[in-house]
Amino acid sequence: MSLTRAERNIIVSMWGKIAAQADAIGTETLERLFASYPQTTTYFPHFDLHPGSAHLRSHGSKVVSAVGDAVKNIDDIASALSKLGELHAYILRVDPVNFKLLAHCLLVTVASHFPADFTADAHAAWDKFLSVVSSVLTEKYR
Amino acid sequence: MVHLTADEKAAVSGLWGKVNVDEVGGEALGRLLVVYPWTQRFFTSFGDLSNAAAVMGNSKVKAHGKKVLNSFGEGLKNLDNLKGTFASLSELHCDKLHVDPENFKLLGNVLVVVLARHFGKEFTPQVQGAFQKLALGVATALAHKYH
Repeated sequence: MSLTRAERNIIVSMWGKIAAQADAIGTETLERLFASYPQTTTYFPHFDLHPGSAHLRSHGSKVVSAVGDAVKNIDDIASALSKLGELHAYILRVDPVNFKLLAHCLLVTVASHFPADFTADAHAAWDKFLSVVSSVLTEKYR
Repeated sequence: MVHLTADEKAAVSGLWGKVNVDEVGGEALGRLLVVYPWTQRFFTSFGDLSNAAAVMGNSKVKAHGKKVLNSFGEGLKNLDNLKGTFASLSELHCDKLHVDPENFKLLGNVLVVVLARHFGKEFTPQVQGAFQKLALGVATALAHKYH
């Protein structure tokens, strides 16, 4: 599955607005993940998961920043996220099912912040883009 | 049976009261067909689904989306007996419509995204959590009679 030129344009054009609120969006995405899918908290026994905690803010920020790296290198996401893929494969070993859950929560967050921009075409492009990112991150799992 | 706390029930009912079921239904079904185009396999009689504008403006999509969401709303009134509420619809989707139950989960998640778009900040993580439980409950109930 690879992104069409039109899909890449949509992602890149929306990124500016998203990046401007990166921390809020990252934090909110994680809050949504933990509220809807409590089992995902099993990966964070060492975190303070109260809404708005410093842990959530810093980790949310990291996640959005990584998505941003993929956006800025949208023509070669595999290279841009290669190290992150290794981290997930060998150290973090997050079960692959969770990438879909996180992606969904990021989409919900973006939809709630940017209702007018999040058209059906944008929804499709973002869902596909995050699916590509997830594939790259799990590519070295076995 | 889906287990929502009293707060979750209140959150979901409160939000649902403000939902324009006709519009949201059409938007959710339309987005399902655009974001996951393989779902169009069930709607070959619906006419032009060739691009997002065609799908979102398609009158059959809107009408069917309205039907689907009204049905979802029935689930909200019967949280203690979702399986019973959706029993005959479950049989219909299995025996006549031949719909893979995976599609119920896809539609549920698209509905959540549409609600987020419409309600913005009001669609808090907690409200989302409650809706996800409901959507999963409805999806499970619709798959219950499959054989």
